Amino acid sequence: MNARAAVVYVALALLAAAALVDPDSARADSSPPRARVGGGTFTTVLPPAKDIKATTVRAFEMDRVPVTNADFARFVAAHPEWRRDRVARVFADAGYLSHWPAPDAPAAGRGRQPVTHVSWFAANAYCESQGARLPTWYEWEMVGAASADKADARADPAWRQSILDWYAKPAAQQLPDVGRNAPNFYGIRDVHGLIWEWVLDLGSMMVSADNREQGDPSVSRFCGSGALSFEEKENYAMLMRIATLSSMQASYSSSTMGFRCAADAGGGP
Amino acid sequence: MKRALLLVFTMCAIAAPLAARDSDPPASLYHLETALTNQDGTAHGLDVYRGHPVLVTLFYSSCQATCPLIVDTLRATERELSAAQRANLRVLMISIDPERDTPQALRELAQERHIDTARWTLARGDASTVRTVAALLNVQYRRLPSGEFSHSTVIALLSPQGEIQASSSTLGHADAALLAGLRK
Repeated sequence: MNARAAVVYVALALLAAAALVDPDSARADSSPPRARVGGGTFTTVLPPAKDIKATTVRAFEMDRVPVTNADFARFVAAHPEWRRDRVARVFADAGYLSHWPAPDAPAAGRGRQPVTHVSWFAANAYCESQGARLPTWYEWEMVGAASADKADARADPAWRQSILDWYAKPAAQQLPDVGRNAPNFYGIRDVHGLIWEWVLDLGSMMVSADNREQGDPSVSRFCGSGALSFEEKENYAMLMRIATLSSMQASYSSSTMGFRCAADAGGGP
Repeated sequence: MKRALLLVFTMCAIAAPLAARDSDPPASLYHLETALTNQDGTAHGLDVYRGHPVLVTLFYSSCQATCPLIVDTLRATERELSAAQRANLRVLMISIDPERDTPQALRELAQERHIDTARWTLARGDASTVRTVAALLNVQYRRLPSGEFSHSTVIALLSPQGEIQASSSTLGHADAALLAGLRK
Protein backbone atom coordinates (compact mmCIF):
# COMPACT_ATOMS: atom_id res chain seq x y z
CA MET A 1 0.00 0.00 0.00
CA ASN A 2 1.47 3.35 -0.98
CA ALA A 3 1.40 6.35 1.33
CA ARG A 4 -1.54 8.09 -0.37
CA ALA A 5 -3.66 4.97 -0.22
CA ALA A 6 -2.81 4.60 3.46
CA VAL A 7 -3.96 8.13 4.17
CA VAL A 8 -7.23 7.52 2.37
CA TYR A 9 -7.70 4.25 4.24
CA VAL A 10 -7.10 5.88 7.62
CA ALA A 11 -9.44 8.74 6.76
CA LEU A 12 -12.17 6.31 5.77
CA ALA A 13 -11.66 4.33 8.96
CA LEU A 14 -11.95 7.49 11.03
CA LEU A 15 -15.13 8.47 9.23
CA ALA A 16 -16.62 5.05 9.90
CA ALA A 17 -15.66 5.28 13.56
CA ALA A 18 -17.18 8.75 13.85
CA ALA A 19 -20.43 7.47 12.40
CA LEU A 20 -20.63 4.83 15.12
CA VAL A 21 -20.29 7.34 17.94
CA ASP A 22 -23.53 8.05 19.77
CA PRO A 23 -24.67 11.41 18.46
CA ASP A 24 -25.65 12.44 22.02
CA SER A 25 -22.08 12.27 23.19
CA ALA A 26 -20.40 13.21 19.95
CA ARG A 27 -19.49 16.64 21.26
CA ALA A 28 -16.69 16.27 23.75
CA ASP A 29 -17.01 19.85 24.97
CA SER A 30 -19.97 20.13 27.31
CA SER A 31 -20.80 23.66 26.24
CA PRO A 32 -21.86 24.38 22.68
CA PRO A 33 -19.64 26.90 20.98
CA ARG A 34 -20.83 30.48 21.30
CA ALA A 35 -21.26 33.08 18.61
CA ARG A 36 -20.01 36.61 19.12
CA VAL A 37 -22.61 39.34 18.91
CA GLY A 38 -21.29 42.86 18.50
CA GLY A 39 -22.87 45.41 20.78
CA GLY A 40 -25.27 48.03 19.58
CA THR A 41 -28.21 50.25 20.27
CA PHE A 42 -31.70 49.23 19.26
CA THR A 43 -35.32 50.05 19.95
CA THR A 44 -36.65 47.64 22.51
CA VAL A 45 -40.16 46.44 23.22
CA LEU A 46 -39.38 46.95 26.92
CA PRO A 47 -38.38 50.61 27.27
CA PRO A 48 -35.68 51.17 29.89
CA ALA A 49 -37.47 54.29 31.13
CA LYS A 50 -40.27 56.60 30.26
CA ASP A 51 -39.33 58.48 27.08
CA ILE A 52 -36.29 56.25 26.49
CA LYS A 53 -37.10 53.69 23.82
CA ALA A 54 -33.61 52.49 22.91
CA THR A 55 -31.19 50.36 24.84
CA THR A 56 -27.49 49.75 24.35
CA VAL A 57 -26.04 46.28 24.65
CA ARG A 58 -22.33 45.61 24.98
CA ALA A 59 -20.67 42.93 22.85
CA PHE A 60 -21.35 39.43 24.14
CA GLU A 61 -21.21 35.78 23.20
CA MET A 62 -24.18 33.48 23.02
CA ASP A 63 -24.57 29.72 22.63
CA ARG A 64 -25.32 28.87 19.01
CA VAL A 65 -27.96 26.35 20.08
CA PRO A 66 -29.99 25.85 23.25
CA VAL A 67 -28.62 23.60 26.00
CA THR A 68 -29.59 19.97 25.30
CA ASN A 69 -30.71 17.10 27.50
CA ALA A 70 -27.28 15.51 27.04
CA ASP A 71 -25.53 18.74 28.09
CA PHE A 72 -27.72 19.00 31.15
CA ALA A 73 -27.21 15.34 32.07
CA ARG A 74 -23.45 15.96 32.19
CA PHE A 75 -24.06 18.94 34.45
CA VAL A 76 -26.28 16.92 36.76
CA ALA A 77 -23.65 14.16 36.91
CA ALA A 78 -21.00 16.70 37.95
CA HIS A 79 -23.35 18.55 40.32
CA PRO A 80 -25.62 15.90 41.86
CA GLU A 81 -27.29 18.52 44.06
CA TRP A 82 -29.19 19.43 40.88
CA ARG A 83 -30.61 15.92 40.40
CA ARG A 84 -34.39 16.04 40.55
CA ASP A 85 -34.36 13.68 43.55
CA ARG A 86 -31.88 15.86 45.47
CA VAL A 87 -32.59 19.43 44.48
CA ALA A 88 -33.89 21.71 47.24
CA ARG A 89 -37.54 22.36 46.45
CA VAL A 90 -36.98 26.07 46.85
CA PHE A 91 -34.90 26.02 43.62
CA ALA A 92 -37.09 23.81 41.44
CA ASP A 93 -40.74 22.81 41.45
CA ALA A 94 -42.05 19.24 41.23
CA GLY A 95 -41.92 19.31 37.42
CA TYR A 96 -38.14 19.74 37.37
CA LEU A 97 -36.60 17.21 34.94
CA SER A 98 -39.80 15.22 35.25
CA HIS A 99 -39.55 14.27 31.56
CA TRP A 100 -36.44 12.16 32.20
CA PRO A 101 -37.14 8.48 32.92
CA ALA A 102 -34.27 8.48 35.45
CA PRO A 103 -33.04 11.23 37.78
CA ASP A 104 -29.69 11.35 36.01
CA ALA A 105 -30.41 10.74 32.32
CA PRO A 106 -32.83 11.60 29.53
CA ALA A 107 -34.52 8.87 27.51
CA ALA A 108 -32.37 7.26 24.84
CA GLY A 109 -32.34 9.25 21.63
CA ARG A 110 -33.48 12.46 23.32
CA GLY A 111 -30.02 13.78 24.07
CA ARG A 112 -30.03 16.35 21.28
CA GLN A 113 -33.40 17.79 22.19
CA PRO A 114 -33.32 21.08 24.07
CA VAL A 115 -33.55 20.51 27.80
CA THR A 116 -36.83 21.79 29.23
CA HIS A 117 -38.50 21.29 32.62
CA VAL A 118 -35.67 23.30 34.16
CA SER A 119 -36.10 26.13 36.64
CA TRP A 120 -34.39 29.51 36.34
CA PHE A 121 -32.22 28.60 39.31
CA ALA A 122 -31.08 25.41 37.57
CA ALA A 123 -30.44 27.20 34.28
CA ASN A 124 -28.47 29.84 36.13
CA ALA A 125 -26.39 27.20 37.92
CA TYR A 126 -25.72 25.39 34.65
CA CYS A 127 -24.41 28.53 32.95
CA GLU A 128 -22.28 29.43 35.97
CA SER A 129 -20.75 25.94 35.82
CA GLN A 130 -19.70 26.81 32.26
CA GLY A 131 -18.12 30.09 33.36
CA ALA A 132 -21.04 31.86 31.74
CA ARG A 133 -24.44 33.29 32.60
CA LEU A 134 -27.91 33.46 31.12
CA PRO A 135 -28.40 36.15 28.48
CA THR A 136 -30.15 39.31 29.60
CA TRP A 137 -33.51 40.11 28.05
CA TYR A 138 -31.99 42.89 25.97
CA GLU A 139 -29.28 40.55 24.66
CA TRP A 140 -31.89 37.96 23.83
CA GLU A 141 -34.14 40.54 22.21
CA MET A 142 -31.26 41.81 20.06
CA VAL A 143 -30.47 38.30 18.80
CA GLY A 144 -34.17 37.58 18.41
CA ALA A 145 -34.53 40.54 16.06
CA ALA A 146 -32.24 38.97 13.45
CA SER A 147 -33.27 37.10 10.35
CA ALA A 148 -30.88 34.98 8.32
CA ASP A 149 -29.34 37.99 6.62
CA LYS A 150 -30.36 41.07 8.63
CA ALA A 151 -29.36 42.06 12.14
CA ASP A 152 -32.71 43.73 12.64
CA ALA A 153 -35.48 42.24 10.54
CA ARG A 154 -38.32 43.38 12.75
CA ALA A 155 -39.77 45.66 10.13
CA ASP A 156 -39.88 42.83 7.59
CA PRO A 157 -43.46 41.51 7.39
CA ALA A 158 -42.40 38.19 5.86
CA TRP A 159 -39.97 37.51 8.69
CA ARG A 160 -42.56 38.42 11.29
CA GLN A 161 -45.03 36.11 9.66
CA SER A 162 -42.56 33.23 9.69
CA ILE A 163 -42.24 33.58 13.45
CA LEU A 164 -45.96 33.88 13.99
CA ASP A 165 -46.38 30.70 11.95
CA TRP A 166 -44.45 28.86 14.64
CA TYR A 167 -46.85 30.05 17.31
CA ALA A 168 -49.77 29.03 15.15
CA LYS A 169 -48.42 25.52 14.64
CA PRO A 170 -49.68 22.95 17.14
CA ALA A 171 -46.92 21.79 19.47
CA ALA A 172 -45.23 18.63 18.31
CA GLN A 173 -45.46 15.57 20.55
CA GLN A 174 -41.71 15.56 20.65
CA LEU A 175 -39.47 18.60 20.67
CA PRO A 176 -37.21 18.55 17.62
CA ASP A 177 -33.44 18.33 18.13
CA VAL A 178 -31.52 21.59 18.49
CA GLY A 179 -29.83 23.09 15.44
CA ARG A 180 -32.49 22.14 12.90
CA ASN A 181 -33.46 25.76 12.25
CA ALA A 182 -31.23 27.79 9.95
CA PRO A 183 -28.70 30.04 11.69
CA ASN A 184 -29.62 33.70 11.94
CA PHE A 185 -27.48 36.73 11.11
CA TYR A 186 -25.21 36.02 14.09
CA GLY A 187 -24.90 32.29 13.40
CA ILE A 188 -27.28 31.50 16.26
CA ARG A 189 -29.99 28.88 15.78
CA ASP A 190 -33.38 28.09 17.25
CA VAL A 191 -33.94 31.57 18.68
CA HIS A 192 -37.45 31.23 17.34
CA GLY A 193 -39.33 28.10 16.48
CA LEU A 194 -38.26 25.68 19.20
CA ILE A 195 -38.70 26.70 22.85
CA TRP A 196 -39.09 29.60 25.25
CA GLU A 197 -35.84 30.61 26.94
CA TRP A 198 -34.97 31.83 30.41
CA VAL A 199 -33.23 35.19 30.72
CA LEU A 200 -30.90 36.42 33.44
CA ASP A 201 -32.99 39.40 34.50
CA LEU A 202 -36.23 37.49 34.82
CA GLY A 203 -37.06 39.61 37.86
CA SER A 204 -37.08 42.82 35.84
CA MET A 205 -39.67 41.84 33.26
CA MET A 206 -42.70 43.00 35.19
CA VAL A 207 -41.30 46.19 36.62
CA SER A 208 -42.66 49.47 35.49
CA ALA A 209 -40.08 51.73 33.91
CA ASP A 210 -41.45 54.62 35.94
CA ASN A 211 -39.97 54.46 39.41
CA ARG A 212 -42.28 57.19 40.67
CA GLU A 213 -44.92 54.51 41.00
CA GLN A 214 -42.98 52.90 43.80
CA GLY A 215 -43.61 55.89 46.05
CA ASP A 216 -47.25 55.12 46.55
CA PRO A 217 -47.57 52.51 49.32
CA SER A 218 -50.98 51.41 48.12
CA VAL A 219 -49.53 50.20 44.82
CA SER A 220 -46.18 49.08 46.14
CA ARG A 221 -46.46 45.69 44.45
CA PHE A 222 -46.49 46.01 40.70
CA CYS A 223 -49.38 44.11 39.36
CA GLY A 224 -49.08 41.92 36.27
CA SER A 225 -49.30 43.32 32.81
CA GLY A 226 -50.75 46.57 34.09
CA ALA A 227 -47.25 47.58 35.07
CA LEU A 228 -45.70 46.85 31.71
CA SER A 229 -45.20 49.60 29.24
CA PHE A 230 -44.82 47.82 25.94
CA GLU A 231 -43.64 49.40 22.78
CA GLU A 232 -43.88 48.02 19.27
CA LYS A 233 -47.18 46.41 20.01
CA GLU A 234 -47.29 44.94 16.52
CA ASN A 235 -44.28 42.87 17.46
CA TYR A 236 -46.53 40.19 18.81
CA ALA A 237 -43.92 37.45 18.95
CA MET A 238 -41.72 39.42 21.34
CA LEU A 239 -44.67 40.31 23.52
CA MET A 240 -45.54 36.61 23.74
CA ARG A 241 -42.02 35.98 25.02
CA ILE A 242 -42.32 38.64 27.67
CA ALA A 243 -45.78 37.53 28.71
CA THR A 244 -44.53 33.97 29.08
CA LEU A 245 -41.45 34.98 31.07
CA SER A 246 -43.52 37.26 33.27
CA SER A 247 -45.80 34.38 34.15
CA MET A 248 -42.90 32.25 35.39
CA GLN A 249 -41.37 32.34 38.83
CA ALA A 250 -37.75 31.32 39.18
CA SER A 251 -38.52 27.90 40.64
CA TYR A 252 -41.09 27.02 37.97
CA SER A 253 -40.39 24.62 35.15
CA SER A 254 -42.36 23.90 32.02
CA SER A 255 -42.25 21.52 29.08
CA THR A 256 -41.46 24.35 26.68
CA MET A 257 -39.06 26.53 28.70
CA GLY A 258 -35.38 25.89 28.13
CA PHE A 259 -32.32 28.12 27.93
CA ARG A 260 -28.95 28.89 26.44
CA CYS A 261 -25.94 30.58 28.01
CA ALA A 262 -24.13 33.79 27.22
CA ALA A 263 -21.01 35.59 28.36
CA ASP A 264 -19.52 39.03 28.06
CA ALA A 265 -17.39 39.15 24.93
CA GLY A 266 -13.79 38.26 25.68
CA GLY A 267 -14.72 35.40 27.98
CA GLY A 268 -15.84 35.28 31.57
CA PRO A 269 -19.22 36.20 32.93
CA MET B 1 -5.42 42.74 67.96
CA LYS B 2 -8.53 44.06 66.35
CA ARG B 3 -7.02 43.50 62.94
CA ALA B 4 -5.97 39.96 63.85
CA LEU B 5 -9.48 39.19 65.02
CA LEU B 6 -10.90 40.58 61.81
CA LEU B 7 -8.52 38.38 59.85
CA VAL B 8 -9.62 35.29 61.76
CA PHE B 9 -13.20 36.28 61.18
CA THR B 10 -12.61 36.72 57.47
CA MET B 11 -10.81 33.40 57.20
CA CYS B 12 -13.66 31.63 58.94
CA ALA B 13 -16.06 33.25 56.54
CA ILE B 14 -14.01 32.06 53.58
CA ALA B 15 -13.67 28.56 54.99
CA ALA B 16 -17.39 28.20 55.59
CA PRO B 17 -19.30 30.03 52.90
CA LEU B 18 -21.68 27.13 52.51
CA ALA B 19 -24.87 28.09 54.27
CA ALA B 20 -26.88 24.99 53.53
CA ARG B 21 -27.14 22.18 56.00
CA ASP B 22 -28.51 18.78 55.17
CA SER B 23 -31.01 19.17 57.98
CA ASP B 24 -32.56 22.28 56.41
CA PRO B 25 -36.15 21.72 55.24
CA PRO B 26 -36.55 21.48 51.43
CA ALA B 27 -38.15 24.91 51.21
CA SER B 28 -35.45 26.65 53.23
CA LEU B 29 -33.79 29.61 51.55
CA TYR B 30 -30.68 28.68 53.49
CA HIS B 31 -29.88 26.09 50.81
CA LEU B 32 -28.61 29.02 48.79
CA GLU B 33 -24.90 29.67 49.06
CA THR B 34 -24.84 33.41 49.45
CA ALA B 35 -21.83 35.68 49.91
CA LEU B 36 -23.01 38.84 51.63
CA THR B 37 -21.05 41.57 53.39
CA ASN B 38 -22.53 43.64 56.18
CA GLN B 39 -22.17 47.29 57.20
CA ASP B 40 -19.00 46.46 59.14
CA GLY B 41 -17.37 44.70 56.20
CA THR B 42 -17.94 41.27 57.73
CA ALA B 43 -18.73 38.42 55.33
CA HIS B 44 -21.74 36.23 56.08
CA GLY B 45 -24.44 34.21 54.38
CA LEU B 46 -28.17 34.61 54.01
CA ASP B 47 -28.37 32.47 57.16
CA VAL B 48 -26.57 35.03 59.31
CA TYR B 49 -29.53 34.91 61.73
CA ARG B 50 -30.15 31.17 61.56
CA GLY B 51 -32.09 30.06 64.62
CA HIS B 52 -34.11 33.29 64.84
CA PRO B 53 -37.21 34.47 63.03
CA VAL B 54 -35.94 37.00 60.47
CA LEU B 55 -37.62 39.73 58.45
CA VAL B 56 -35.79 39.95 55.11
CA THR B 57 -36.22 42.70 52.57
CA LEU B 58 -34.44 44.27 49.61
CA PHE B 59 -33.70 47.99 49.40
CA TYR B 60 -31.10 50.47 48.24
CA SER B 61 -29.79 53.26 50.37
CA SER B 62 -29.88 56.14 47.89
CA CYS B 63 -33.57 55.51 47.34
CA GLN B 64 -35.72 58.49 48.20
CA ALA B 65 -39.16 57.00 47.89
CA THR B 66 -39.93 53.56 49.28
CA CYS B 67 -36.80 52.70 51.18
CA PRO B 68 -37.15 55.09 54.15
CA LEU B 69 -40.65 53.67 54.40
CA ILE B 70 -39.28 50.14 54.53
CA VAL B 71 -37.31 50.91 57.69
CA ASP B 72 -40.38 52.61 59.18
CA THR B 73 -42.51 49.58 58.35
CA LEU B 74 -40.02 47.16 59.90
CA ARG B 75 -39.99 49.29 63.04
CA ALA B 76 -43.78 49.46 63.13
CA THR B 77 -43.81 45.65 62.93
CA GLU B 78 -41.37 45.34 65.81
CA ARG B 79 -43.42 47.70 67.98
CA GLU B 80 -46.41 45.39 67.75
CA LEU B 81 -44.47 42.55 69.37
CA SER B 82 -43.88 41.71 73.01
CA ALA B 83 -40.46 42.58 74.42
CA ALA B 84 -39.44 38.92 74.34
CA GLN B 85 -40.63 38.44 70.75
CA ARG B 86 -38.83 41.62 69.73
CA ALA B 87 -35.59 40.51 71.39
CA ASN B 88 -35.70 37.25 69.43
CA LEU B 89 -36.49 38.86 66.06
CA ARG B 90 -33.77 39.76 63.56
CA VAL B 91 -33.89 41.99 60.48
CA LEU B 92 -31.84 41.53 57.30
CA MET B 93 -31.92 44.28 54.67
CA ILE B 94 -30.08 43.43 51.45
CA SER B 95 -29.14 46.11 48.95
CA ILE B 96 -30.01 45.75 45.26
CA ASP B 97 -27.42 48.44 44.47
CA PRO B 98 -24.06 46.79 45.21
CA GLU B 99 -22.16 49.40 43.22
CA ARG B 100 -23.07 52.28 45.48
CA ASP B 101 -23.97 50.43 48.67
CA THR B 102 -20.50 49.75 49.98
CA PRO B 103 -20.17 48.67 53.61
CA GLN B 104 -19.41 52.32 54.38
CA ALA B 105 -22.60 53.55 52.70
CA LEU B 106 -24.55 50.93 54.64
CA ARG B 107 -22.87 51.95 57.88
CA GLU B 108 -23.78 55.58 57.25
CA LEU B 109 -27.38 54.62 56.63
CA ALA B 110 -27.42 52.58 59.85
CA GLN B 111 -26.14 55.57 61.79
CA GLU B 112 -28.46 58.02 60.09
CA ARG B 113 -31.50 55.86 60.82
CA HIS B 114 -30.28 54.84 64.31
CA ILE B 115 -30.40 51.18 63.38
CA ASP B 116 -29.35 48.73 66.09
CA THR B 117 -26.88 46.53 64.23
CA ALA B 118 -26.89 44.00 67.05
CA ARG B 119 -30.25 42.78 65.75
CA TRP B 120 -30.41 44.36 62.31
CA THR B 121 -28.01 43.79 59.43
CA LEU B 122 -27.61 45.90 56.32
CA ALA B 123 -25.89 43.79 53.69
CA ARG B 124 -24.67 43.84 50.13
CA GLY B 125 -23.80 41.06 47.68
CA ASP B 126 -22.63 40.97 44.07
CA ALA B 127 -25.10 41.35 41.22
CA SER B 128 -25.53 37.61 40.82
CA THR B 129 -26.23 37.11 44.52
CA VAL B 130 -28.78 39.90 44.55
CA ARG B 131 -30.53 38.42 41.51
CA THR B 132 -30.80 35.04 43.14
CA VAL B 133 -32.01 36.36 46.48
CA ALA B 134 -34.56 38.54 44.68
CA ALA B 135 -35.77 35.49 42.78
CA LEU B 136 -36.17 33.55 46.03
CA LEU B 137 -38.16 36.36 47.62
CA ASN B 138 -40.06 37.01 44.38
CA VAL B 139 -38.93 40.62 44.24
CA GLN B 140 -38.96 42.36 40.86
CA TYR B 141 -36.42 45.08 40.30
CA ARG B 142 -34.82 46.93 37.48
CA ARG B 143 -32.05 49.47 37.29
CA LEU B 144 -33.19 52.59 35.48
CA PRO B 145 -30.95 54.65 33.19
CA SER B 146 -31.02 57.38 35.86
CA GLY B 147 -29.17 55.01 38.21
CA GLU B 148 -32.23 54.64 40.39
CA PHE B 149 -34.07 51.38 40.75
CA SER B 150 -37.64 50.49 40.25
CA HIS B 151 -38.53 47.59 42.49
CA SER B 152 -41.41 45.86 44.17
CA THR B 153 -41.33 45.81 47.94
CA VAL B 154 -41.44 42.52 49.77
CA ILE B 155 -40.88 41.93 53.46
CA ALA B 156 -40.60 38.20 54.06
CA LEU B 157 -40.69 36.46 57.41
CA LEU B 158 -38.25 33.54 57.52
CA SER B 159 -38.55 30.77 60.07
CA PRO B 160 -35.47 29.95 62.20
CA GLN B 161 -34.66 27.31 59.52
CA GLY B 162 -35.05 29.76 56.64
CA GLU B 163 -38.48 28.93 55.26
CA ILE B 164 -40.71 31.77 54.09
CA GLN B 165 -43.56 31.82 56.63
CA ALA B 166 -45.24 34.98 55.43
CA SER B 167 -44.61 37.62 52.82
CA SER B 168 -45.91 41.15 52.72
CA SER B 169 -45.91 44.07 50.33
CA THR B 170 -47.60 46.38 52.80
CA LEU B 171 -45.78 49.59 53.59
CA GLY B 172 -46.42 52.17 56.27
CA HIS B 173 -47.86 49.89 58.94
CA ALA B 174 -47.36 46.39 60.30
CA ASP B 175 -48.87 43.65 58.13
CA ALA B 176 -51.20 41.33 60.05
CA ALA B 177 -49.82 38.31 58.16
CA LEU B 178 -46.27 39.00 59.35
CA LEU B 179 -47.47 39.62 62.92
CA ALA B 180 -49.46 36.39 62.94
CA GLY B 181 -46.33 34.51 61.88
CA LEU B 182 -44.18 36.27 64.46
CA ARG B 183 -46.58 35.59 67.31
CA LYS B 184 -46.77 31.86 66.62
